[in-house]
Amino acid sequence: MGMKKPEDVILFKNNKRIDGRKPDELRPIKIEAGVLYRADGSAYVEWGGNKILAAVYGPREALPKHIQDPRKAIVNARYNMAAFSVEDRKRPGPDRRSIEISKVISEALERVILTEQFPRASIDVNIEVLDADAGTRCAGLTAAGVALADAGIPMRDIPVACAAGKVEGKVILDLCKEEDNYGDADMPVAIAPLTDEILLLQMDGHLTYEEFEKALDLAIKGCHIVSELQKKALLKKYERVLEVE
Amino acid sequence: MSSSVVPSIKKDFIYKLISEGKRIDGRAFDEYRSIKIETGLIRKAEGSAKVKIGNTQVLVGIKMDVGEPYPDSPDMGVLTTSAELIPLASPDFEAGPPGREAIELARVVDRGIRESEIIQLDKLCIEPGEKVWIMFIDIHVLDQDGNLFDASLLASLAALYTSTVPAERFELGENFKLPLSKDPPISCTSVKLNNAIVIDPVLDEEEIADARLTVATDKKGDIRAMQKGLSGSFTIEEVKKIIKASIINGKKLREVLNKSIRG
Repeated sequence: MGMKKPEDVILFKNNKRIDGRKPDELRPIKIEAGVLYRADGSAYVEWGGNKILAAVYGPREALPKHIQDPRKAIVNARYNMAAFSVEDRKRPGPDRRSIEISKVISEALERVILTEQFPRASIDVNIEVLDADAGTRCAGLTAAGVALADAGIPMRDIPVACAAGKVEGKVILDLCKEEDNYGDADMPVAIAPLTDEILLLQMDGHLTYEEFEKALDLAIKGCHIVSELQKKALLKKYERVLEVE
Repeated sequence: MSSSVVPSIKKDFIYKLISEGKRIDGRAFDEYRSIKIETGLIRKAEGSAKVKIGNTQVLVGIKMDVGEPYPDSPDMGVLTTSAELIPLASPDFEAGPPGREAIELARVVDRGIRESEIIQLDKLCIEPGEKVWIMFIDIHVLDQDGNLFDASLLASLAALYTSTVPAERFELGENFKLPLSKDPPISCTSVKLNNAIVIDPVLDEEEIADARLTVATDKKGDIRAMQKGLSGSFTIEEVKKIIKASIINGKKLREVLNKSIRG
């Protein structure tokens, strides 16, 4: 969004997008559960050119003590980009963008986690973007959902996210880099797929009300497809465990 | 590490095993864990490599930029090495600016690469005194199960040997392979536990170790760098023993590295 489109970039033509996808088509997605040894739960997601790792620690005693909530656990998601994950090297450490993303993801996850079961505890969710290619917060939240399930954290549902947007007046699913840079709107959405409750919703750009309805519908459809992949990844891990036993 | 109850029980257990000539994961004292190196994983990076030593995983990415040289070396490229011990990798790593451990790790790796002069920094000069290539080695620890030194140096080397200088992106002619000499130093770390020397420690061993020694050797088996750590001491005999074991294991590590960067 916001960048001026060069003359020679055609984002949408003959019902096809710049990367050849149909308007309602997702990029290739690969999800793996339980990829790290030290973490209590973990997941790896490849989504288009995104490569993202998520690790969960906890529930464990929240420290320092003054952050503890006597009624429930704190959900502390930390979204971080590796220095080498973007075109121009990113200075290590949090910036305003990653702090905001960490906050909205924490809040989305908190809604599905049964935090009241773990007073004074913290559940730490670390999301590391290793290679970035548009849609990192959706891929990161999706990875976090799998990592939480892998850690055995009790949840109402496994949260999942997917973006929809608009290019050249056409509503599309799961924006790629060019569509993100030169498109008209980007709307990341996270849901609890059992109920379609909306856990995260952001938008920048320009949508009419009709376009919004269409985009939301498309994003939720995308979430449901990704949700199936999340469940498959978790089942696969436990198939592997059964074989070992 | 803190003196909590659990590590002290674990310590007794590991000490007992050591006195019986055994290690917690069943290896011999001079046996290295299995190593896996993957290169070219990160599309946005100029070069990248993920090294697995047992359960330890380190990802290194190389990024390059164009900038001004240091005034005391106007015709040389600039090399910067950083390490992040991100909370993803261990329950004991905290978010925030790099602490002492991360800085020691980055500096030991930086020295290993800089002092061995494998990077031909003079070939990374664009206009003397004005414009040179700035190179960033970023060490991202993903899973901490001990011996981050060896894993980080190995991953940095594998990433360097598969790096391309992105000249086209900066409109400076064609991309070219990063100019490197062929004989990198390979490091091998050992620790002293209950008066025994074990190579390539896992985290449980590292946490209760008395002393640590990292020895980097070259292709000929000569010593190129050393770093002793922790508050315990070594006897002269122990140091000699560690160096000999590092030369032998360095050869094996070099073979794994060469295989991974040839592909």
